[in-house]
Amino acid sequence: MHASTVLLIEIGALLFGLGMLGRMGRRFGLSPIPLYLLAGLFFGHGGLIPLSASEEFIAIGAQIGVILLLVMLGLEYSADELVGNLRSAAPAGVLDMLLNALPGALFAVLLGWDLKAALVLAGITWVSSSGVIAKVLGDLGRLGNRETPVILSVLVIEDLAMAFYLPIVTAVLAGVGLLGGLSTLGVAVVTVIAVLVVAIRYGGTISRFMSVKDPEALLLSVLGLTLFVAGVAAELKVSEAVGAFLVGIALSGPVAHHATEMLSPLRDLFAAVFFVFFGLSTDPADMPPVLLPALGLAVLTMLTKVATGYLAARRAWIALPGRLRAGLALTPRGEFSVVIAGLAVASGVEPKLAPLATAYVLITVVSGPMLARLPDYAWFKNLVRRRMAARRTTQKPLPSAE
Amino acid sequence: MRVRVEQTPLPGIGVRHDLVTTSGRTVGVVSHRSGRRDLVLYDVDDPDSCLASIPLTDDEAEALADVLGASLMLGQLAGLRQQAAGLLTEQIALPAGSPFVGRRLGDTRARTRTSASIVAVLRDREVIPSPGPTFLFEANDVVVAVGTRDGLDGVTAILAGDTDG
Repeated sequence: MHASTVLLIEIGALLFGLGMLGRMGRRFGLSPIPLYLLAGLFFGHGGLIPLSASEEFIAIGAQIGVILLLVMLGLEYSADELVGNLRSAAPAGVLDMLLNALPGALFAVLLGWDLKAALVLAGITWVSSSGVIAKVLGDLGRLGNRETPVILSVLVIEDLAMAFYLPIVTAVLAGVGLLGGLSTLGVAVVTVIAVLVVAIRYGGTISRFMSVKDPEALLLSVLGLTLFVAGVAAELKVSEAVGAFLVGIALSGPVAHHATEMLSPLRDLFAAVFFVFFGLSTDPADMPPVLLPALGLAVLTMLTKVATGYLAARRAWIALPGRLRAGLALTPRGEFSVVIAGLAVASGVEPKLAPLATAYVLITVVSGPMLARLPDYAWFKNLVRRRMAARRTTQKPLPSAE
Repeated sequence: MRVRVEQTPLPGIGVRHDLVTTSGRTVGVVSHRSGRRDLVLYDVDDPDSCLASIPLTDDEAEALADVLGASLMLGQLAGLRQQAAGLLTEQIALPAGSPFVGRRLGDTRARTRTSASIVAVLRDREVIPSPGPTFLFEANDVVVAVGTRDGLDGVTAILAGDTDG
């Protein structure tokens, strides 16, 4: 058979299989992300059916998938939104970083891994996926809730922090020395700040270059600009993901809105390829030994996320049920953890990191949305109500409660 | 009288407006950047959470705003009617051939001549309360006037151009 026909057959069968998996998952209310990861584990190295002809194609598709995930993340926010509430949201963001990045780093040190792996694992346990969480909040009808702005501002800080974190990780993984790393970081910081300033001042002008009226031209120009900037950013060692994120931020208004609509199906396609690719690069035989550590790490960091949401909501004078809702809603971690782990795997850090990250993401992505749903059950509400009543009787209410 | 409407930005989603009613309930509107909007009602037991989130289409939101706006206007007029017996309220459509289309309300000298007052104008499903003398009439305007039976008939006649003003 001709190589290109094998490629067509492999890719076709793979995508069709993913479609069926996603459909099945949705029936049980599951996010498709873990299913795609499992599918990736199933194929590939050490898996049951190796995909040989399409390996290269999937690798490039995965790279485009990461870029699209990031540009869509940027499109979600305007530069004003990212920077505007920075001062009020910063304490919650710092709390979030301390409570969630540190356990990941410490865990890696405990396992006896090097600092590179610790840095990567810190990122994996730190970032919640804003895409998954915003969708869960919308599905649960909680967008009007008072704790929702608190949750969103934590996510905004996380996403903004990623713009600085990813170049650092890219530099460290590339093995550049301390001086080289610092200069890369300097370039990254300057670039990010410059883009933010330009986006705030001239976002409208940049967006005016692209006409909303012609969908085809808009699709090509936005996609082209994103890939181009991502490539240039990668060349500057700033990480292509950050480049794409910045393009998303710079676009605003109706252009951003229409671009979101048009890029969404493309993102879904290539992101699925990316998740499969990540699964592909993990040998299923490596999974069992890391399952238990991954479970421990997942439980630990879910608790710290709940604590983060609880404390952040308390700062905003939200009552106990709302604090718990905020905490539990923050637990889902998803595509972003995979993106970070993907970077590490590509550069061949600690061999156990990829299976650990896969297991961790599988556990958190499945249990996170379920945990987020918890506060809506009657028994949970009753439990909280009883706690609050008990607290009221034991503590004499002071005029300035809290 | 002024109600405090609080505005909260929702980064990545849009903006939320809400207000606390005199009865202690909180209602709000979540406006998505995509143009979608949800009407949200808050829980009495747990005021931080919304009990219901009702998505409204453009037309539904407009219809709801109309109903709320119009009921307010009619309620005020009903109150007026109760206070002063013998006073009537009437909606008078500006006839197509009215000499006042494109002219100012002051030009009608309706109040001086009939002692009835024009208290509002309905235009394009919108209520324009207490129009001043410089208010410009347009075709298809509907005038809301308050006065005695004779006075209101007088306003109708003036707007139709039936009197020699």
